[in-house]
Amino acid sequence: MPLLDAGGRFVADRFHRFNSGEATDHPCVLVSLADLPAVLAVRGDQEIGVEIANTVEIAALAPHFDALALIGIAFPAYADGRGFSLAKRLRRDGFTGTLRAIGPLIADQFAYALACGFDEVELPEANAARQPAEHWVKAAAAFSATYQRGYAREASILDQRRAARLEGRNG
Amino acid sequence: MYRYDEFDERFVRERVAQFRDQVNRRLSGAITEDEFKPLRLKNGVYLQLHAYMLRIAIPYGTLSARQLRQLALIGEKFDRGYGHFTTRQNLQFNWPRLRDVPEILDLLADVEMHCIQTSGNCIRNVTADQFSGVAADEIEDPRPVAELIRQWSSAHPEFSYLPRKFKIAVTGAAHDRAAVKVHDIGLRIVRNTAGETGYEIIVGGGLGRTPMIGKVVRDFLPKGDLLAYLEALMRVYNAEGRRDNKYKARVKILVHEIGIEEFQARVEAEFAALDRTTINADREEVARIAAYFAAPPYEKRPAVSQTYQAARAANPAFAAWADVNVTPHKAPGYAALTISLKGIGAVPGDMTSEQMRAAAGLAERYSFGELRVTHAQNLVLPHVAQDDLFAVWKALGNARLAEANVGLITDIIACPGLDYCALATARSIPIAQALSQRFADPARQREIGPLGIKISGCINACGHHHVGNIGILGLEKRGEESYQITLGGDATENAALGDILGPGLTAAEVPDAIERLVEVYLGQRNTGEAFIDTVRRLGIAPFKAAFLQEIDHAAA
Ligand code: SF4
Repeated sequence: MPLLDAGGRFVADRFHRFNSGEATDHPCVLVSLADLPAVLAVRGDQEIGVEIANTVEIAALAPHFDALALIGIAFPAYADGRGFSLAKRLRRDGFTGTLRAIGPLIADQFAYALACGFDEVELPEANAARQPAEHWVKAAAAFSATYQRGYAREASILDQRRAARLEGRNG
Repeated sequence: MYRYDEFDERFVRERVAQFRDQVNRRLSGAITEDEFKPLRLKNGVYLQLHAYMLRIAIPYGTLSARQLRQLALIGEKFDRGYGHFTTRQNLQFNWPRLRDVPEILDLLADVEMHCIQTSGNCIRNVTADQFSGVAADEIEDPRPVAELIRQWSSAHPEFSYLPRKFKIAVTGAAHDRAAVKVHDIGLRIVRNTAGETGYEIIVGGGLGRTPMIGKVVRDFLPKGDLLAYLEALMRVYNAEGRRDNKYKARVKILVHEIGIEEFQARVEAEFAALDRTTINADREEVARIAAYFAAPPYEKRPAVSQTYQAARAANPAFAAWADVNVTPHKAPGYAALTISLKGIGAVPGDMTSEQMRAAAGLAERYSFGELRVTHAQNLVLPHVAQDDLFAVWKALGNARLAEANVGLITDIIACPGLDYCALATARSIPIAQALSQRFADPARQREIGPLGIKISGCINACGHHHVGNIGILGLEKRGEESYQITLGGDATENAALGDILGPGLTAAEVPDAIERLVEVYLGQRNTGEAFIDTVRRLGIAPFKAAFLQEIDHAAA
C-alpha cells in the first residue's frame, strides 16, 4: 500500500508483508506479533518489522526493541487516536527504529503523527488517491509552532518564549 | 486580561487558514464528509436542525468590552442580531452560513478570539469561576492556570482524537462556582499544611446519560508539575478509555469500571515514567501569564459607600435588584455585578447585539473594560465601584437588562432543546419561558429565595438538569414530549445528583408541578433555610407526595 515518508513524499516500501508458512528470506519482512517469535528465531541478517494493534502492551515488545527495525501501529480508523499515545510511549521507552502509522489517516493528522514519533504513514490506496502528497506537506506545515513541549518537532512556543527571555536577559 | 503575544496571534491566524484549507479540501473531495466532520467540529461548526451553528470560545469566561462589541457586530452581520451564551461559558450563533464561517473566524481573530476546540472529541474550552480574581473567598486567581491549559491543550498532537469530549474546569475559591465535580477534570487550587499552593485534581465527573460526581485522584499536585500530570492522565484515558460505545467513552466510565484506585495507580505510573522537566512550563512562563491577570488599578475607596447606601434607601426596586445581583468584592468599595440574561419570558442566555453594545459600554465606563460569562448563562461586570451601582442599574434598565433574579427561581438554565438542537427529544426553551412567567412576581421570587431550575432537552444534559435543585429533563414518549422532574441536585462543593420524583409530565403540567414543590418548601422551611437545605433536611418524601398527588388530580 502507498507509503508516505516524513517529508510527505510517496516512496517505495522496502518491507515485504510476511504470511505464515512463507519463506522468510526477503531482506526486510513485516510480520504480525503472533509470528514474531518464530521469525526472530530463524532470522538471518534480515531486517524485521512487526505490525501491532494499537492496544498492545509495551512490555510484550520491549525485549525485542533491538531486534526490530520497524514497528507498525495499526489505526483501525482515523478517529481512533490510541496509536498516537502508543507511539509516544514506544519512543519514551527507548525504541529507536522506524515507527510506521498504518491506516486511513488524513492529511491533518500528519503533523500529529510526526510529533508523536512516527516516521512514516502507510495508507490504503483509496485514501492516498484522494490526498496527494502536496496536501500532506501543506497540512504538516499548518502551524509554524505549537504549545506542547516534549514532542518530536521544532521548538515549541513555550521554548521559543523561554529562549527569547534568555536572550533578552543576556543581550 | 490575557493578551496574545506574537506566537498566540500567529497560532490563531494559522488556525483560520487551516480551516479554510480544510473546507477547500472537503469541497474538492480530497476528504470525505465523515473525515471533515471532526475537523469542523473542532472548530466549533455544528450542523443543527435548521442551520449551521457556530460556537465561539470565551476561555474561562473572561471577555473584554472590545470583544463583546465584536460579537455584537458578528451577530448583526452574519446572524439574526443576537447570540446565545451557553452553560460552558461559550457563545453560540444559531444562524450563520457555512461559507461565512472563515470570515467570522477572521473577525474573531482580530479581537484575540477563536472557536478552537469548542466541540469534538478533544480537550474543550476550559471553564472557571466567574468571580475569579474578585471573590473574597479565593485562595488564588484560577485564570492563569486556565490560560496555561488553554494553550497546552490547543491542537495537542496526542490528545486531539480522544475517545470522547473532555471538559476541564478550574476554581481557586472555597465555594465552587465552576461545578468542578461534574467535569472530566476538576481542578481546585488548594493550600497544603506547609502553606504552599497546589492543585487538587478531581476526575471522572460528568452529567449526560450516566451522571457521576468526580473523585479526587490527586489531593495535592505541586503547581510546577501540572502539565506533566495532565499529560500522564490524558495518556491513560486516550489509551484505555472505551471506544466501542460512545455512551461509555467518557473518562467517568473508565474510572467507574476500573475503580479510582486503579485509575490513580495507572496515572501515577505514567507520571513517574515521564521526564517532567521536558514537559512542564517553566516558572517564568507561568509568571508571564499570571502578570496579565494582575488586579486592575482600583481606586482607594471606603469599604462601605454612603452613596450606594443612600440610593438603596431611596429606591426599593434598586435595593431589591442589588440584593440578588450584586456580589461582594475583595477590593474595598467595589462590587461584582451580575447582569441577568433571564428576562421574564425571554430565552435564557440570549442577548441581542444592541444589549451587547450596552453592556460593553458599561464595562468600559464602570468595570475597567472587563466582563465575565457565567455557567448559569449570565454576564458579570466584575469591578464596579459601589458608588456607581445605581447609575449602572439605571443604564441596564434602559437596555432591558435589569432583571432582579440572579440565583432565584426565574434564573433558569436551559439548553437550546428542540427549537435548535439536532439531538433534542423535547423543547426546553418554552418550558423555561412558562416557568419564568409563572413565577414572574418579584416579591414572590424573593420570598422563595435561592432556587436553581435547570432544563435539558435530552439525556445529554447540556442544561445540567441532574444538578439543578429542581431538574427538568425533556424526553419523548410515544411521539409526545414528556418531562421528567428531579429534586435535590446541587452543582457546588456539596455536589449531588437529583432524585426522580415520579412519572413524566406533559409540558402544560410542568408549572403546576413546580408550584407544588415550592409550596411544600414554603410550608416546611425553617427560618432562613434555602430550598436545597430544606430538601436535604426533609428528604425527598414530602415533595414526592405533593408531586404525585398533583399527578393523580391531573389523571382524575
Ligand atoms: S441537552 Fe440535548 S437537546 Fe439540549 S443542547 Fe444538549 S444535546 Fe441538545
